[in-house]
Amino acid sequence: MAVSGVALLLFVVAHMVGNLKVFLGPESMDGYGRWLRSIGSALLGNEGVLWVLRIGLVVMIVLHMTAAIQLARRARAARPESYRARRPVQGSYAARTMRWGGVIIVLFVVYHLLDLTVGVLNPHGVHGEIYRNVTADFQLWYVTLAYTVAVLALGLHIRHGIWSALQTLGVSSARVVQTAALGFAVFICVGYLSVPFAVFFGLVR
Amino acid sequence: MRLTLRIWRQSTKDDGRLVDYRLDDVSEDMSFLEVLDVLNEELILAGDEPVAFDHDCREGICGMCGMMINGVAHGPERATTACQLHMRHFADGATITVEPWRAKPFPVVRDLVVDRSALDRIIEAGGYISAPTGSAPDAHAVAVPKPDADTAFESAACIGCGACVAACPNGSGMLFTAAKITHLGVLPQGQPERDSRVLDMVRAHDDLGFGGCTNTGECTAVCPKGVPLDSIGRLNRDLLRASLRPRR
Amino acid sequence: MHSAKGFYTVGEPIIDEKSPAGPIETRWDRRRFGAKLVNPANKRKLTVIVVGTGLAGGSAAATLGELGYNVKSFCYQDSPRRAHSIAAQGGINAAKNYRNDGDSVYRLFYDTVKGGDFRARESNVYRLAQISVEIIDQCVAQGVPFAREYGGLLDTRSFGGAQVSRTFYARGQTGQQLLLGAYQALARQIAAGRVEMHPRTEMLDLIVVDGRARGIVVRDLVTGGVSTHFADAVVLATGGYGNAFYLSTNAKGCNTTAIWRAHRRGALMANPCYTQIHPTCIPVSGEHQSKLTLMSESLRNDGRVWVPKQGGDSRAANDIPEGERDYYLERTYPSFGNLVPRDIASRAAKHVCDEGRGVGPGGLGVYLDFADAIRRLGRAAVEAKYGNLFEMYQRITGEAPYEVPMRIYPAVHYTMGGLWVDYDLRSTVPGLFVIGEANFSDHGANRLGASALMQGLADGYFVLPNTIGDYLADGPFETVDSAHPEVTAAVSEVVDRITALLLVNGDRTVDSFHRELGHIMWEHCGMERTEEGLRKALKLIPALREEFWRRVKVPGGGEGLNQSLEKAGRVADFFELAELMCVDALHRKESCGGHFRAESQSPDGEALRDDAEFSYVAAWEYAQPPVLHREQLTFEHVEPTQRSYK
Repeated sequence: MAVSGVALLLFVVAHMVGNLKVFLGPESMDGYGRWLRSIGSALLGNEGVLWVLRIGLVVMIVLHMTAAIQLARRARAARPESYRARRPVQGSYAARTMRWGGVIIVLFVVYHLLDLTVGVLNPHGVHGEIYRNVTADFQLWYVTLAYTVAVLALGLHIRHGIWSALQTLGVSSARVVQTAALGFAVFICVGYLSVPFAVFFGLVR
Repeated sequence: MRLTLRIWRQSTKDDGRLVDYRLDDVSEDMSFLEVLDVLNEELILAGDEPVAFDHDCREGICGMCGMMINGVAHGPERATTACQLHMRHFADGATITVEPWRAKPFPVVRDLVVDRSALDRIIEAGGYISAPTGSAPDAHAVAVPKPDADTAFESAACIGCGACVAACPNGSGMLFTAAKITHLGVLPQGQPERDSRVLDMVRAHDDLGFGGCTNTGECTAVCPKGVPLDSIGRLNRDLLRASLRPRR
Repeated sequence: MHSAKGFYTVGEPIIDEKSPAGPIETRWDRRRFGAKLVNPANKRKLTVIVVGTGLAGGSAAATLGELGYNVKSFCYQDSPRRAHSIAAQGGINAAKNYRNDGDSVYRLFYDTVKGGDFRARESNVYRLAQISVEIIDQCVAQGVPFAREYGGLLDTRSFGGAQVSRTFYARGQTGQQLLLGAYQALARQIAAGRVEMHPRTEMLDLIVVDGRARGIVVRDLVTGGVSTHFADAVVLATGGYGNAFYLSTNAKGCNTTAIWRAHRRGALMANPCYTQIHPTCIPVSGEHQSKLTLMSESLRNDGRVWVPKQGGDSRAANDIPEGERDYYLERTYPSFGNLVPRDIASRAAKHVCDEGRGVGPGGLGVYLDFADAIRRLGRAAVEAKYGNLFEMYQRITGEAPYEVPMRIYPAVHYTMGGLWVDYDLRSTVPGLFVIGEANFSDHGANRLGASALMQGLADGYFVLPNTIGDYLADGPFETVDSAHPEVTAAVSEVVDRITALLLVNGDRTVDSFHRELGHIMWEHCGMERTEEGLRKALKLIPALREEFWRRVKVPGGGEGLNQSLEKAGRVADFFELAELMCVDALHRKESCGGHFRAESQSPDGEALRDDAEFSYVAAWEYAQPPVLHREQLTFEHVEPTQRSYK
């Protein structure tokens, strides 16, 4: 869980950096896309390395979900009879919503791929014209809203995930790690949300 | 004070249910268990079965008592066992729901009494230092840095009540296990068995049917002795270290 | 002077044949050398039953398992880790002299004999002081997290008026940490298959076959099943009987059944009247009170004890002007003041309350006031010293000791009496050994602070495992047939008793009887005992016992978990023990240690010992009436003196 989570987190960071290229204009954004597709093309052909990365990513997602399902099953088996009255004392909202949050994120990722990778759900939908696709998307309020919900779910997921992963990997100073995790989650959210809101409010056209 | 106690009654495997009991004359100086005493006296004289609940020292140290009070392990007061919880923390006229610890490794024996021997099994798997009687060197042979001794103490304070398991949404006993790993693992005396201890105790924990830890922190919040969540980090570190090293 | 005759008869004197004579320093060595050894190959053919898993029982079971015996361990709690040793707060004495402040084995020996008011055996106490040193080593090796100084070495403090700093501690949870050490050692032996653990199992009788203790009858508290377990020797480590007083600092489950049943099977009961009453407990708040909570005696270092000068003064503490307060300890004992020993402080509190000057609910309490200390040292300093105790007090009473004085009252805390044992810790029944608080051996008529943990662990880790071999060397004994008449008789007695309790189906609860018994004991066999009071108690107790067997109501049946039934059996035994306690107290016309007879005091109200008449252990044989066997005490090393705290 922790290891696959860390790998996915690295992807999330890299993806965010890519997103921010929107602010540098269409050339930068679309160029970034071309570069991504062409890394290592001398060796593996166009999109070769990208596919390796994609497969790696899918493997990590599968591992992460498998581990999550196993944990959830163990939890259910460990408490066959549930409490009639139950009141969480401390468990942060983030910690309690890891499982549902994960499901929301997965559903969003499917939509997101159909929207911006495959393009079939995108209002512009031209392969390679990333900048246009993105700006076309976020002029629509419902797309922005869906994106925002997903990013916030991701933020919560990361907030508990980072701290939990570090704890699982043996870092044992809860307070410091928890604060750092919160800071990082906020950073990710801001980074991701800056794009749709910039488009929505017309700062990026 | 007037109270309604909504108590889990169970005498066979499948007949568990919540039953309401009215008490009209509760003093706010009573402990929660004393309220159950008073209720039981009334039930006995009325020809009913008294409510079975575990308790012994009634000063918050033996770890025998434990119940979910309004959905919180040991009730609303922090760092307080059920026996030390006093009624002044409840409102007059309140309805209080009381349930047993619920976890697969803690089967209900009767009413609020559960079988927590799974916790003993975890300790038996390795929660000790092998120091046969008579084999000890002088107590001052090895100095222990005070911060280490204090860290060990913080975790050693665990009373084995099982509240961590009861409160954990995953039904995990990781805080209990980690408390012993930390207590013994930070002391120089505990080093020789450090690797085998963590591997064996965690395996026993998993085999007994406790859930996995997802670091939600519910456990430490209800722990009557405030065993810190950091101890789980230490356990994980030891587990990782021990797993990566060839077992001797 | 009245005579206590009629309540008992006198039998032959008894002597401890196991204690070697000669130089006291080498007696333990010589005893160990003189004792027979068990062939290592034979150990696995020998079975030992250990009942109770506190400091004494837990450490004994673990150590016997390490030695290679087959051990069967029993406790009524759901886990061996919960025995009431866990609640000991203060610390454990050891003559390490790490402080270089003049401590020695001899000084700890001297202090303990003197603290016991010259009613303990010199041999036993000397051995205890010797072993104290090894206990600390053993516990540290097990990982007990004792308090340490910044240099990493063990910290010690002076405790209970001792002039040397010899008490090792682990915050206020020393008992817990020591017990967990023993529990973990026990867990290791359970895992190794050397100890078979039976939690939630209560011993209800001792099986004596051909004059030897060969097993026990137990009830499984979960299934209700009654069964037998056999062994080559039986060790009782079942703790004290303070719950005869109903309210005490003991755990709710602490009881006398194991030792009382053994007593009925022939083991002599020694000095049952010696009870320690602790002066600083949180007072009773009402009829519902189920237990008393002890607060560390260290509070008296800075707190001042007082009551209003006028009886019936109902003003709040802070509204009573200085001139109308009576700091009675400082007034009566100008040189020791608030730091007089436990029994004196307790008795003085009772006196002022009897005069109607007590404070709080029911007038059963005195103030322990920190206002002066806060003024003198500052709130922060007081908080640093006593913060956790104040918190505990506030949790229970809802009052903040920083603002209003604490209220305290004495409570039964420890029982020095118990089954009589010789130097080998063997009772008068061959094969029956008794260790820890359950025996009478080391504390005489009063116990020093921080010595209970020391004795429990000394017995369990070091004494018993060495002495039991002398007995077991003659074994393995012939296999006990479960159809043996002694066995079937014991089992049917147990079953009949359970049935009888269930059949009464009266109109009073077990607790109501227990509370009433406790009240009688507290009034008449508590801090201050009089001929008249004890005679009264000896009328009231049998009458109440008779009523108990006529009117008690035990719901449910014998099968399955039935906590009322458990309590009923225990209370029934407390009735019988309480009577013997009163007989013992009545016969001992002197005042000594925890036993204060109002008739025996000096002109200025101090306890007056009578060495000419009473320098003996009173060992009682079960009979109607009980038979007194005296074990004369001789003092070759410590000259008996009368104490004075004026």
